[in-house]
Formats: sequence, C-alpha cells, structure tokens
Amino acid sequence: MTVILRTEGLNKVYRQGGFVRSRQVKALNDVNISVESDRPVVIAVVGESGSGKTTLAKTLLRLETPTSGQAIVYDTVVTGKGSTLSRHDFLGLVQPIFQNPFEAFSRYRPVDAYLHETARRVAGMDEAQAEVAVAEALRNVGLDHAEVRGKYTNQFSGGELQRISVARALIPQPKLIVADEPVSMIDASRRMVIINLFKRLRDEAGRSFLYITHDLATAYYISDFVAVMNKGVVVEFGPARQVMGDPQHAYTKLLLSSIPTTKARWRPRKAAA
Amino acid sequence: MISLNDLRISYRIGSWVIPAVDGVTLTIPDGCIVGIAGESGCGKSTLMKAIYGDIRSPMYLAGGSIDYGLKSSDGRPVTTDTIRREWFKSISYIPQSSMNSLNPVKRISTQFTDFPGTDSNKKRVLEKARGYIGKLGLPPEALDSYPHQLSGGMRQRIMIALATFFQPELIIADEPTTALDVVVQKEILMLLMEVQEMMGNTILVVSHDMGVHYQVTHKMLIMYAGRVVEYGDTESVFADPQHAYTKMLIDSLPAIGDDSMRGVLASMAGAGGDRAYRVEPDLIEVKPGHFVARPSLSEGVAV
Repeated sequence: MTVILRTEGLNKVYRQGGFVRSRQVKALNDVNISVESDRPVVIAVVGESGSGKTTLAKTLLRLETPTSGQAIVYDTVVTGKGSTLSRHDFLGLVQPIFQNPFEAFSRYRPVDAYLHETARRVAGMDEAQAEVAVAEALRNVGLDHAEVRGKYTNQFSGGELQRISVARALIPQPKLIVADEPVSMIDASRRMVIINLFKRLRDEAGRSFLYITHDLATAYYISDFVAVMNKGVVVEFGPARQVMGDPQHAYTKLLLSSIPTTKARWRPRKAAA
Repeated sequence: MISLNDLRISYRIGSWVIPAVDGVTLTIPDGCIVGIAGESGCGKSTLMKAIYGDIRSPMYLAGGSIDYGLKSSDGRPVTTDTIRREWFKSISYIPQSSMNSLNPVKRISTQFTDFPGTDSNKKRVLEKARGYIGKLGLPPEALDSYPHQLSGGMRQRIMIALATFFQPELIIADEPTTALDVVVQKEILMLLMEVQEMMGNTILVVSHDMGVHYQVTHKMLIMYAGRVVEYGDTESVFADPQHAYTKMLIDSLPAIGDDSMRGVLASMAGAGGDRAYRVEPDLIEVKPGHFVARPSLSEGVAV
C-alpha cells in the first residue's frame, strides 16, 4: 500500500498584530490525516471559511512553511521536518489548481505560454516534446490545442480557463493535484464538468486529488475520503460514505443539516397570501 | 401584484443589439417569495434590474411594460420610469455582492440614517433601527461598528435589515447567499423567510442553487436564453417538472446519501454558446398556476 497523503502533527501558527500586542492564530492545529491506498483517490477537505482548509492546501504546496510537523505525499516527505525533496522534484510530484482561474493566469500573456513553460521548466522537455505534451494535456481536459494557442484569459469562460489550469497541472505528470476551491468561481451549471473531469483523471490517468471545498454535495459525489475541518482542527476524517452517511461529530452534523436539499424542508412553508 | 407584459430588455453595444430578456409575460401575486433560476447569461439579473427600474445604458427597454400595481404619492400608477422615486420606500434591492455594498468608511448607523426619505429626526430613526436589528438577531452594538469589523454573515444581515427597514412591498434579492458558507447561508435564508412572513411582502430571489429555491420559495420561475421556460408553484414544479430543462436543473444537484447518484451525474449542456433548447415565448397552463413554454416544433425538444 502506498501512503498517498499523511500529515503528522501538522501545525501552522500565524501571528497577528505588532510586537507588543500580538495574538496567535492556530490556522492548523495538530492535523493528522492518513490515506493509504493502492489506487489513486480523491480526498476532500470540507469546512467553513476560516476553518484552515486553505492553509492546509498552501502548506502541502509549500507556499507556507509549517510551524511544526511534516507532510508525506506518495511515501515522500514533501514539507516540514525531514524534507529533503528539491523544488524541482516537488513540482513533479504535487501540482496546484487555484480558486480563481482569472487570477491564476496573467491577463497580458497567452495562456498556452504557461503550459509550455511548465513543460520545459518543470518536466524538462525540449520544444518539440513540449508541443506534444501540451496538446496531449489539453486533449485530456476536452480542449483542442489549436483553439487555445495564442489566446488570452478574456477569450475564455471561467470553466474553460479552469480546464486549462487542470491541463497545466497535468503536464509534469504529478501524483497528487491539490485543488483549492476549484469550482467556486465557476457557474453552478458548469461545475460538474470540472468535477467529472477529476473523476475521469483519477480513474483513467491515475492522478490523486486533494479537493478543498465548502460544497459538501460535490465532495460526497466525487471523493473517496473526507476530512471535515473547523477552526484549524480536523474534527472528522474517514471514508466519504461513512463520514457523510453516518456523521459522528456535532460539527459535521451541523454542516450536513445546513445543505439546502430538495428532499425535506427546514421549516414548513406557509401558503402564499 | 406585478404584471410583466411581453417585456423585452436589450443591450446595445455599438450597432450590435443583444436581447437579454426576450418577451417575458407573467404575473407575480402579492405576498409570496418567487425564486428565479437559470444559468449565467439567461437574463435573470437583467430582468431583476429592469423590475427595479435600474435601466441604464447600454441596457434599454426594447418593448413591453411592467405594471407594479403601485400608486405613487400623487395618485398615478408607478411605471418603469417613475419606480426610482419608490426606491427604499416600496421597492428595495439586495445586490449580488451585497457584503461589499456597505460603505467601508462609514459606521452602520450612518448608513441607516443616510437613506433618503426617512424621518428627519436621526435619533428616532436610530432608536428604531436599533430595535429592528435586534429583531433580526444582531447585537445592538453592530450599529456602531464599521463594516470591516463584522463577519460576512453579519454584513449580510445588515444588508437585509437595510433593505427591509421601511417595509417595502417588493424586495429583490440577487444571489443573496452565494459568497457565504452553508451554515451561515441557512441562517440568512431562514431570516429572509421570517421577515417575509412578518411583513407579508413579495420577495424575488435569484439563485443558482435549486436546493435554496426548494427551501425558500412559494413560486418558481425558470429562465433560459432570455425567455421563461417554466413558472408555477414550487411544490408543483419540483414534484412534476414539465420542461426538459427544468428536469435537468433539478437533476443536476448531487444528493448526499443517495448512492445511486455517486459518480454518475451528467455534466450539463449550457445556454452560453451551444443552445441545447429552443424556447418559444408563449406559455401553456398545464395545471392551475403552473405554466410551461410551448414545445418548439422546429427543434422537436421533448417536453
């Protein structure tokens, strides 16, 4: 069995305020999660705003240094104590997808330049290989290289740009893709395109995902494991079906009961006058 | 009661005219919450702006009219041209990014007393406001704070308090909870329902989320490509959707606990570039109070 993701005593403390009156905020408070599997998985991290789920993503992406503890991705220590992985090797193992695709790409550069750059710098390909890899990655997300070439962000919809972000992340053939709220900026009716793409990439291309979201319904739909976070603490962790079908922690129950469903009403509606 | 008669709203960009609302005829009865659903670009925000009377270039009224069923102070019926004078008094608007709509450099109390047409005695207005926000579950100190000192959920409550303070007959809420997480969203929606029951006014709620509509609304309006696809009582629309597009919207919700749905949900076809449906402007009443667009013969879309 491969350790797909394991965090050991991961802590991140932010300091707020000046020298004299500073306050400590524990964005990650002793986070211990462990996922071992033989096949690629989707791990969802759910919670409200301010629960620390984005800090967890940033720590796993090495954008933040943990205050203590370590994280292991595919049997390799990627950050924290005992991490010897080079930046180059790290980017070949873990790749990010960010929330807002319009901010992830510069407005003043054609988006395919990012794909070529990733292919040449991170994956170490030459021009001809990069061309093939970019076309292949775009085909994987249902786009045609000829249609993307030389275009700028304003020529795409949010959903298309997010698919290009996924294509870029695929080029170095990473084992784990960390997606921080990948669908929250996308039109509700187009979200399932991205979600179904993750599912297909897990099943066909063998990529694992860390899917960070506040949308429990899509988390249930796609994920194999779920971690529920509240105030920097993982309050519940386990197989998705178990956590969401039979929640144990009060906070998980609160989250689940707050989802507007079309089955049962929160309160009876009085008839309109 | 608000009647829209063959309402057409377009955008003019140079010599290019984009019809955003393309012939909408419907009647909204008094005292109910009406949900408006449809994807981005279907014209729902344009329709809301038109009802609010905020028609500014490049947007223009291309045809039809709105009958608000309201009389202005001089006794004449209110039209789209004169609705502006009724703003805050009989009609109010909770905008899409309403959390960022509060003035960041003024205290909440100033923003309450700044409203036009209020009591000139500011002290009395503040006293009333203090009592009112207490009723909406906000601490009275919230009035003395600046917007950045409040959480997103509290700012949204303040926006609802501001919009409902003068007990308007009509409130338009454009995606009132999109930026909030589920726990806060539930609180805000419950508040909106309570306020409506208390005042008996009409609320138009725009949302992407069919779950929100099911929980909150009395009536549902489904729009597609600038036209009405289906309009009827929420119960009836959800129990027995008539149009294929409505069915797809309802089925696009992944449900928790329903294992048959896990991993098999179809990605939706969009209204943006690829028009999957052709919607005719006339509606047929299939049941009392439940209307559906006439099936398009040219495309043969199953209804």
